[in-house]
Amino acid sequence: MATGVAAWLPFARAAAIGWMPVANCPMPPAPREHSKKQDELIILNVSGRRFQTWRTTLDRYPDTLLGSTEKEFFYNEETKEYFFDRDPDAFRSVLNFYRTGKLHYPRYECISAFDEELAFFGIIPEIIGDCCYEEYKDRKRENAERLMDDQEENKDSKLPNMNFRETMWRAFENPHTSTMALVFYYVTGFFIAVSVITNVVETVPCGSTPNQKDVPCGERYTVAFFCMDTACVMIFTVEYLLRLFAAPSRYRFMRSVMSIIDVVAILPYYIGLVMTNNEDVSGAFVTLRVFRVFRIFKFSRHSQGLRILGYTLKSCASELGFLLFSLTMAIIIFATVMFYAEKGSSSSKFTSIPASFWYTIVTMTTLGYGDMVPKTIAGKIFGSICSLSGVLVIALPVPVIVSNFSRIYHQNQRADKRRAQKVQKARLARIRIAKKGSSNAYLQSKRNGLLNELLDLTGSEEEEQHMNKTSSLLESQHHHLLHCLEKTTAHEFVDEQLFEQNCIEGAQFSRSPSLSSQEGFTGTCCTHRSRKRIPLPNASLSTTHTHTHTQGLQELSAIHIQCGDQPSLSTSSRSSLNMKSSERSRINCRGQQITTAVISLPSPTNFPPDGDGHSPANPIPAPPTINTTTSSNIVKVSAL
Amino acid sequence: MGALMVIFSLQPKQKRKRRDSVEDELELSAVRHRPEGLEQLEAQTRFSRKELQILYRGFKNECPSGVVNEDTFKDIYSQFFPQGDASTYAHFLFNAFDTDHDGSVSFEDFVTGLSILLRGTVQEKLNWAFNLYDINKDGYITKEEMLDIMKAIYNMMGKCTYPILKEETPRQHVEIFFQKMDKNKDGVVTIDEFIDCCQNDENIMRSMQLFENVI
Repeated sequence: MATGVAAWLPFARAAAIGWMPVANCPMPPAPREHSKKQDELIILNVSGRRFQTWRTTLDRYPDTLLGSTEKEFFYNEETKEYFFDRDPDAFRSVLNFYRTGKLHYPRYECISAFDEELAFFGIIPEIIGDCCYEEYKDRKRENAERLMDDQEENKDSKLPNMNFRETMWRAFENPHTSTMALVFYYVTGFFIAVSVITNVVETVPCGSTPNQKDVPCGERYTVAFFCMDTACVMIFTVEYLLRLFAAPSRYRFMRSVMSIIDVVAILPYYIGLVMTNNEDVSGAFVTLRVFRVFRIFKFSRHSQGLRILGYTLKSCASELGFLLFSLTMAIIIFATVMFYAEKGSSSSKFTSIPASFWYTIVTMTTLGYGDMVPKTIAGKIFGSICSLSGVLVIALPVPVIVSNFSRIYHQNQRADKRRAQKVQKARLARIRIAKKGSSNAYLQSKRNGLLNELLDLTGSEEEEQHMNKTSSLLESQHHHLLHCLEKTTAHEFVDEQLFEQNCIEGAQFSRSPSLSSQEGFTGTCCTHRSRKRIPLPNASLSTTHTHTHTQGLQELSAIHIQCGDQPSLSTSSRSSLNMKSSERSRINCRGQQITTAVISLPSPTNFPPDGDGHSPANPIPAPPTINTTTSSNIVKVSAL
Repeated sequence: MGALMVIFSLQPKQKRKRRDSVEDELELSAVRHRPEGLEQLEAQTRFSRKELQILYRGFKNECPSGVVNEDTFKDIYSQFFPQGDASTYAHFLFNAFDTDHDGSVSFEDFVTGLSILLRGTVQEKLNWAFNLYDINKDGYITKEEMLDIMKAIYNMMGKCTYPILKEETPRQHVEIFFQKMDKNKDGVVTIDEFIDCCQNDENIMRSMQLFENVI
């Protein structure tokens, strides 16, 4: 139902008179207004504060508490008002929603209290207007985060059914989960520090023996340092192997950055063990020891900030690349200029352009070592231009990197911004579904109406009362309007799934289009009337009289209604209702037959009735909707 | 010196603001439209006082400025037909309601139109329908005009229909219409042919009475 414009429904219905002269068929009767109520004032007493509004205002949103008959539960007979024991301040927003069609979120209100009120009155929060929606979402996210933080502290209890491997992995990832993990965490951290310090101290010259000059400590206390190194590498190897064992996906673990760092950190030691004291390779071996410094990167497991820094640099790769590129350009330009400027002077240090690179870099970064200085006047001029431009070129990309870093830092803090995007999509999807519900509601009520016919004819009264449930007068009037449009154009509304199926079927059976459309016109109106005689709950009316066709073309219509529909108001009573009716059809031999399948036989050849082919093709919907399985067993072709 | 410059720069801005505010006021007052009094409307239309009150409340709620322009009209009308595109038909409807052709439908236009549709005689209703179909208001309905109207109506059905809408469906419908209405086969339908034919058609007569009790 077009919410909010219910007041214009009478206008739309009146305007439907414009279709009347064009239609070829009689129009369906208008829904009876059982009680011609004058518009009256309703009093809503919310915890003592009385609100008054017109009844039609509340009727605008029939799927909420106040708009439906649910409010009758709160009616107080003596005082002739509706009493709600809720917060009157929050109720103000709720009532304004009915009046203006927009739901606003008051800033002073607590977010969970507001949510509760909305839930009570049956209003989905996604309808909050755009003016207040950001605020609402932010507050909600903050609240959720706070709750999540509280929850995480309680999450330390071990989840049951975790095997040893998973426990170990969890211990590695979150050191706070158990004391063992904490101990392990600190031990590895200590040994990383020890290893780094020994690497550093190894190279310090410590004390001199009288006959030799200063030797670095590493060569003096070779054995001691070797033992330390061995111990550290032992620990690291054990840790690496344990992680490899515990990892849920070993292949992914081995590809991850941290594990590569681990491997690189311990590999030099093993290579050193394997290698002999050969003179040729010992030089290479020495350089391998450089890689031991990578052990310091193992600290990044222990520090969140380091990880963020690494991630920032990775994501700022484009800015860094730009910085590098612009610097390179400037260096080449100035080096060339300086070289040619200084070429003339004697004993110039600027021997070649690559030699000038060093001067340019030192000048542009304002280091100015002074080992190379220009002597000619031109050289000095260009040198000063170089240093001035250096400042600019370096200063420009740096703020970009800094802002990137702060952005990523905050993004990391609120890592659920990505979750919020999904929520936005979900919100739009929900609103779309709610709007689609209006078109589906019409199709559903058509089904209801037709099942009603069936019930009329099978003569059972109780179920009929089941059916006359929720559709308010407004809804029935809207559906009547849509029904008139269908009659005017001699076509019917169907939902998307069926439409697509029809397209596929149409392609498969290659009916002659002109034939069917013609039949559509002449057949449509009359068949509906004839349908009344033969009780068939047929939704679509594009069937033709068999007696007008000598070719034996038969198009029986489908119970499309049974297939693939989003149930917006589906009740169990409805599905059981259908079962009852089909059961009845099996048992009851009143000579009434129910067609329950699509059978289209293209003319003039005799194709086998495709009923069996069709019904399994129809998707069997979820349990709440009408049960197709029972119907597919009853493929009876009604004799027209 | 600086103070002088500041003063000079401020002055023209103030003048500009005053001019703007006057223009703004004019604009606002043009858009806000107050309808004629209740008594006058009661006399002009066939609605009772209470009905006019209900109608106005609904109207004003949706259009606080008191007039409906074409876009709002299309919006409102489209909400009743979620499956299809009702904007073309709404355009024709808007022109039918906007009797003084000033580009907006005021409450008086609205209520006058509704009065004809809901409380008018069959003659008046048929007149109104003829006016709707006659797009250029020249007194004749040509096949092209009818085709436009028909396409607009079929557009409201949308894509997902059974049977599937074909390209030539509106055209065929127009042919049927003209076969029925165009008595002298001159290719246009005049108001007399139209009214005559409709009065002889039982279906149409019956359906005209359908919406009597809408308000």
